[in-house]
Amino acid sequence: MNLTLKVWRQKNTADQGGFKEYKISGISEDMSFLEMLDVLNEDLSTKGEDPVHFDHDCREGICGMCSLYIDGKPHGPQQTTTCQLHMRSFSDGDVITIEPWRAKAFPVLKDLVVNRSAFDRIIQAGGYVSVNTGGVPDANEIPIPKSIADLAMDAAQCIGCGACVAACKNASAMLFTSAKISQLALLPQGQVERKIRAEKMVAQMDAEGFGACTNTGACEAECPKGISITNIARMNREYFSAVVSSDSV
Amino acid sequence: MILDSKIPEGPLAEKWTNHKFNVKLVNPANKRKYDVIVVGTGLAGASAAASLAELGYNVKAFCFQDSPRRAHSIAAQGGINAAKNYQNDGDSVYRLFYDTIKGGDYRAREGNVYRLAQVSVNIIDQCVAQGVPFAREYGGLLANRSFGGAQVSRTFYAKGQTGQQLLLGAYSALSRQVANGKVKLYPRTEMMDVVTVDGKARGIVTRNLVTGAIESHSAHAVLLCTGGYGNVFFLSTNAMGSNVTAAWRAHKKGAYFANPSFTQIHPTCIPVSGDHQSKLTLMSESLRNDGRVWVPATKEISEKLRKGQIKVNDIKEEDRDYFLERKYPSFGNLVPRDVASRNAKYVCDEGRGVNETGEAVFLDFRDAIKRDGEDTIKAKYGNLFDMYQQITGDNPYQVPMMIYPAVHYTMGGLWVDYNLMTTIPGLYALGEANFSDHGANRLGASALMQGLADGYFVIPYTIGDYLAQNSNERISPDHPEFKKAEVEVSERIEKLLSIKGEKTVDFFHKKLGKIMWDYCGMARSEEGLTKAKAMIKELKKEFWSNVNVLGGNEELNQSLEKANRVADFLELGELMVDDALSRNESCGGHFREEYQTPEGEALRDDENFAFVSAWKFLGEGQEEELNKEPLEFENVKLTQRSYK
Ligand code: FES
Repeated sequence: MNLTLKVWRQKNTADQGGFKEYKISGISEDMSFLEMLDVLNEDLSTKGEDPVHFDHDCREGICGMCSLYIDGKPHGPQQTTTCQLHMRSFSDGDVITIEPWRAKAFPVLKDLVVNRSAFDRIIQAGGYVSVNTGGVPDANEIPIPKSIADLAMDAAQCIGCGACVAACKNASAMLFTSAKISQLALLPQGQVERKIRAEKMVAQMDAEGFGACTNTGACEAECPKGISITNIARMNREYFSAVVSSDSV
Repeated sequence: MILDSKIPEGPLAEKWTNHKFNVKLVNPANKRKYDVIVVGTGLAGASAAASLAELGYNVKAFCFQDSPRRAHSIAAQGGINAAKNYQNDGDSVYRLFYDTIKGGDYRAREGNVYRLAQVSVNIIDQCVAQGVPFAREYGGLLANRSFGGAQVSRTFYAKGQTGQQLLLGAYSALSRQVANGKVKLYPRTEMMDVVTVDGKARGIVTRNLVTGAIESHSAHAVLLCTGGYGNVFFLSTNAMGSNVTAAWRAHKKGAYFANPSFTQIHPTCIPVSGDHQSKLTLMSESLRNDGRVWVPATKEISEKLRKGQIKVNDIKEEDRDYFLERKYPSFGNLVPRDVASRNAKYVCDEGRGVNETGEAVFLDFRDAIKRDGEDTIKAKYGNLFDMYQQITGDNPYQVPMMIYPAVHYTMGGLWVDYNLMTTIPGLYALGEANFSDHGANRLGASALMQGLADGYFVIPYTIGDYLAQNSNERISPDHPEFKKAEVEVSERIEKLLSIKGEKTVDFFHKKLGKIMWDYCGMARSEEGLTKAKAMIKELKKEFWSNVNVLGGNEELNQSLEKANRVADFLELGELMVDDALSRNESCGGHFREEYQTPEGEALRDDENFAFVSAWKFLGEGQEEELNKEPLEFENVKLTQRSYK
């Protein structure tokens, strides 16, 4: 198929940036979206033009590195990662608009590449169980009901891509943050630090400049891993019970 | 140089315990006086960085991705082995050790592998304590599944995302140490060289991938946890960014490279669909628990199928050849990866392949769905089935999956001794970046085990032994050796940018990949390898005279990143070919057509090749020198591997 691409080009963080249009032909529907961009980049490179920069690594939907805002939706029309989006979702003659994630907390580094270190800092604020290596009990010592383990796993599947932030009109990071808080709040291993974790992670989230949640559910609808907004409700409960009863933070 | 593996004396089961007692310790108050650099934040790197920081060392952790959480360990699907024997099915440390040695076709060290099996049990405990949500039974205890090359159920898993969950566990431990100020993170940073001072590794030179800044970092020891080099084949299941650069630069600074040609070709990947293909996607080996591998019994039926004259579901039972079950009745579809891959190649070479290119076999769940119901299969493999459908457009609940082998893992890597130290003092290699535990073929669910074993439970002990014997005096990153390395790195970048030729970096990478796949892939021969060597030399020359790297250094420049990596792959490719040529036997993933049994199985030559090949770099343009570390088997009897 033949396509027209409107791609956001921006030299670096300081640059203003703007859209540039490219025509591309000979795209097969078996290609992934990123392979389509590879074709564009081979083209540009051969012509001596700077290729379009975008983040990607595993190309199998798990590392969370790919992050394109396609036709007004994070990761495009399907509820999947950009790397798992295939060209069979488009038709000949389509005009496709490609932008980076837009959020104050995710500054653009170049073209479609953004800086998502804010997510790392939220995890650093408390997204862990404070155990050192060694000296832990046998893995089967604490039985965990299957239903609880499964729920925790559902939350733990988050790949940290940031689509939830990109989807939200307030650029809120509630879905991301709540997924980790939920996972650890559900499991017995996470109980000891349950309160302090919720407080610290929420505080960091706010400090990074992510917006407030207004419950529109856009994040859940766009999450490539289907992380549920029930996690946000759980986080809110965790958070409020923490601030009510704790004296820290 | 005599390669001293430093395997401790004593009975197999006591070696590690004795060694831990005998190594020197760094006093707790002194640990903060030592700095350790960790390159790579996958399972090995993240677990090592976190554990060393917990002990009190100052750690700097580097990764080329935008976050340490994205390292390619995250993509491992199936599971992690551990000799817990929770299933009461006869597993033990010795059995895991034995399966691993046998699975590796007797080309790994007994001592290392036994230690791996021993610490496997601690890994599971550690991960559970971190909050890794492993799959569980209704009673609340941990669930297990089986993997290839084993007759017990010892694989722990978290849906089809075990690597992700284990990595996020290690990443959380790492994040905690970042918060504690014991680890400093350097994301989007690529290691460009190792710096040695007085023969010891004292730091690295890096390139900031956003600004292009070339910087030096000094330390008392350097850990390379930089993964494997499967991307030398261009098409592989590795992430796009996975590369050999760190390991290769270390090699050129004096670290021996061991068994470079030992490559694992994974049997169950989604077949190539066209020239645009940028990477191959693995379908977890766990699928072979329930999926049956087959092709039509005759070439004629396959041909009709390829032409679309018949549909797969119309093929009658008697016209289906379940070739693995037929040839290997006791292991069936669960034979080790090398055996499964080779057999898929055989049937396709016979013209019985099932897709348009003729390079695919079926992996069929029809019988499993009939037996257990669609819901059960969905619960076990749902996300894998969805992924398959997403990529191919086919629904595997209705038609069998199509699979074909693809490059997945490299057993070869930097040579290390029992302490995981390379031939450069103070330079360590962990996880897939080293060569040590999988011999000539790695068993499924053992990569995660090894990465975490090295990082959580081996290096914290062995690094102390080295540091305790070395002064804690710090060295300035302005030391002349660092300055010299910085200049070399900058010159190389300049050179790449100044060629301004006509061909893109990918052009060269694809060409190299094709040479490697055709001549140094699933089957190798003296004739083919000799040809490949000449072709790679030629290609390397062309690269350095005709590659076009756009943009400049002082910016985010993905073509420059790629060019820098491909330049190293070109050199590595030649060494892999040399290694494959020098090993006149077949073993595990290394299959030399000249050396096979009448049934087409790998024919080892234990008398002449029971050794590790460790290659020493002698200088640009020179042939490398082969050093041999003999492998001694005191506990296991070497036999022809049989999975019949
Ligand atoms: S590239 Fe890894 S999730 Fe898309």
